[in-house]
Amino acid sequence: MRLLLNKIVLLLSTLSALIGLAFLAWILFTLIGKGLSSLHFSLFLNDLIDGGLRNLIVGQFIMAGIASLIGIPVGMMAGIYLQEYGRGRYVRFIRDLSDIMMSAPSIVIGAFVYAIVVVPMHGTSGIAGSIALSIMMIPIVINTTDNMLSLVPRELREAGIALGASKSRVIVDIIIKAAKVGIMTGLLLSFARIIGETAPLLFTSETSNYFSVNLTEAYPSLTVSIYALANDPTSSSRDLAWAASFILTMMVLMINLLGRYITRKKG
Amino acid sequence: MPIMSVEDFSFTYAAAPARSLNSINLPIKKNSITSLIGPSGCGKSTLLRSLNRMHDLYTNNEYEGRLMLLNETTLEMENILDIKKENEFIQLRQRVGMIFQKPTPFPMSIFDNVAYGLRLSGIKNKTELKDRVEDALKGSALFGEVSDRLNKSAMGLSGGQQQRLCIARAVALKPELLLFDEPTSALDPISTAAIEELIVELKKDVSVAIVTHNMQQASRISDYTAFMYLGDLIEYGETEQIFLNPREKKTEDYITGRFG
Repeated sequence: MRLLLNKIVLLLSTLSALIGLAFLAWILFTLIGKGLSSLHFSLFLNDLIDGGLRNLIVGQFIMAGIASLIGIPVGMMAGIYLQEYGRGRYVRFIRDLSDIMMSAPSIVIGAFVYAIVVVPMHGTSGIAGSIALSIMMIPIVINTTDNMLSLVPRELREAGIALGASKSRVIVDIIIKAAKVGIMTGLLLSFARIIGETAPLLFTSETSNYFSVNLTEAYPSLTVSIYALANDPTSSSRDLAWAASFILTMMVLMINLLGRYITRKKG
Repeated sequence: MPIMSVEDFSFTYAAAPARSLNSINLPIKKNSITSLIGPSGCGKSTLLRSLNRMHDLYTNNEYEGRLMLLNETTLEMENILDIKKENEFIQLRQRVGMIFQKPTPFPMSIFDNVAYGLRLSGIKNKTELKDRVEDALKGSALFGEVSDRLNKSAMGLSGGQQQRLCIARAVALKPELLLFDEPTSALDPISTAAIEELIVELKKDVSVAIVTHNMQQASRISDYTAFMYLGDLIEYGETEQIFLNPREKKTEDYITGRFG
């Protein structure tokens, strides 16, 4: 009886794993099949107005980059505060809040930024898009920093203090260094997470057919353009959407692999 | 002459229902090794960690009494429980160093580990820094083993070497008193012997207080021994007297292994 039950559970869990993997493989094969056939080197040289994707890729990276410039320092400082300085119920409250923020629907964050940035600025902009992405990023960075610092043994902090270092010195010189690999990996994964986001950008940055460095106007975004191109009835637009999806997936995959490589190499 | 004198000292942990140390009186004598022994929970580590105010890392602990530390330049005693300012804490911890149970190398090079405290104390001159680091490593019997890889990470050293590095790091600051909190309990017998030898060597220049679970260790290396039980100091005396002719029944029961 016990052996039978064991076999049934094994069968069910193997089957579930296979179903999950099958869908993943299906997505990847479709992407590679449809994406590769429309992929061409000229896509990286021309902007969308000329049938390429260059402005979209650059725009997506610039917005995610600016979001990181905001999100990484704010998130890391908050994580350091929670782990090293904060005490009591207040800290637990902030930690819970940050965890809830992490699972907040991204379209809601888009709507929020629409209300506080897009409306007062009278239009969509690269800045609004970056802010929306940074709001997505902050709770992830807080969580990573908080967790990685909590893994550093208490003795290491005390050893620093025992040599006459102030608490802030110990954190900067020793604790962050000891947690460096974990934090770096977390930062890369959070970057990978925001670079593939569509919903927060949909009505904050929108997208643009032109190359732009002016962050106060509608800004080129790969993900939003995929959404727009996929809704376009012409087949050339849909091919371009497939190519863009393929490129986006590869970008996210590369960043994730880089994160894993760092962990394995130094962790 | 005591370098530190513990006077009617009591300590209560934050939110604890009772005192962890009851009115302790104890001298830590100069250029000698004083060991604190006793069963788990007797307060020996709590007492040791009071001597450089390590408890102040955590809030709401309560001190009573006095911890008088000799200032070797002015020859005056000062109560370290009066310390409130950050820079005074920094000075105290440079005068009273501490070595922990688990080796705690910092994630940086061997050289930077030893130079860490020196740089904090304001030494910037490169040759002076190099000399002080070398002296400290030689004084900790580690220089020969690491002289060709000072710029390599300290994390690559063995456990025993890491512990000697931590001693070098503390010695580099030329402290007056060094506190050892069970420094060999995470080490193998050979590394332990090396550390013990080193501690005995160190007492030429520095006074030592050591907490140990290992009674043989206390009898091998220390000049004075204090036996503690449930937050009280039961007996203090020369190590030989404590181990051969204990005055208190409790001490005798403990060192003969009848409880503990």
